[in-house]
Amino acid sequence: MSGTPPGVTPSQMAHLTLTKDQLAEMVAHSIACVPEEGCGLLVGDGSGSVISVHPTRNAAASAQIYAVDPTEHLRIDRDAEDSGLMVIGVFHSHTHTDPWPSPTDVRQAPDPSWHYVLVGLRHEVASVRSYRIVDGNILEETMVVTGSYNPT
Amino acid sequence: MSVAIRLPTLLRPAASGQSIVNVDGDTIGQVLETLQRTYPAIAGQVLTQEGSLHRFVNVYVNDDDVRYLDKLDTKVAPDDVVSILPAVAGGAR
Repeated sequence: MSGTPPGVTPSQMAHLTLTKDQLAEMVAHSIACVPEEGCGLLVGDGSGSVISVHPTRNAAASAQIYAVDPTEHLRIDRDAEDSGLMVIGVFHSHTHTDPWPSPTDVRQAPDPSWHYVLVGLRHEVASVRSYRIVDGNILEETMVVTGSYNPT
Repeated sequence: MSVAIRLPTLLRPAASGQSIVNVDGDTIGQVLETLQRTYPAIAGQVLTQEGSLHRFVNVYVNDDDVRYLDKLDTKVAPDDVVSILPAVAGGAR
């Protein structure tokens, strides 16, 4: 898949930095949740870097919608705060469509400061994109993946 | 009585940047009404104009979601911590 999703503005400034292991964790959780959409929260220090990924239960238990389990959200939020961190975003999967924010995603985006990561499972190889959603406007951001790859 | 309310990031600017505020009330409904009166910029974001809990907001008393207790009639005690968090949802549909 290539190209800019419809209705999305690509940004050269906005970015989300994460490690290859964190990226793999989001993809693995999303695949494990199939046929339902998988979801989870991202914790960071507000600098645009992911400190930790927290897969959660999809309380909607649906292949087309997700809802982060509220009790898990509370626990993750409290733990983050105790560590001087904060929830900085959410990831979820689209099991049969591309990783572009849907009208539902945009309408229900809870926080304009968050990063919204989408894991697309439409094709055999998962694809991952990250966005900011502010006042109904979608801005795709660059994902900076750190960590070395050691192919054998 | 006065209880502590943990505010989500989104609402903190409306409370002068505070992450925790102390508000008077004997029930969740009273606490949230007082919160919205004290910080007018929060009005409509936690309770609707009709006075019910906003659909995309979750409110907890300590570890419990008030929707599974007595909703806005849930009583609060002085040592309780009320947490307000946005519902995080969406999906391909």
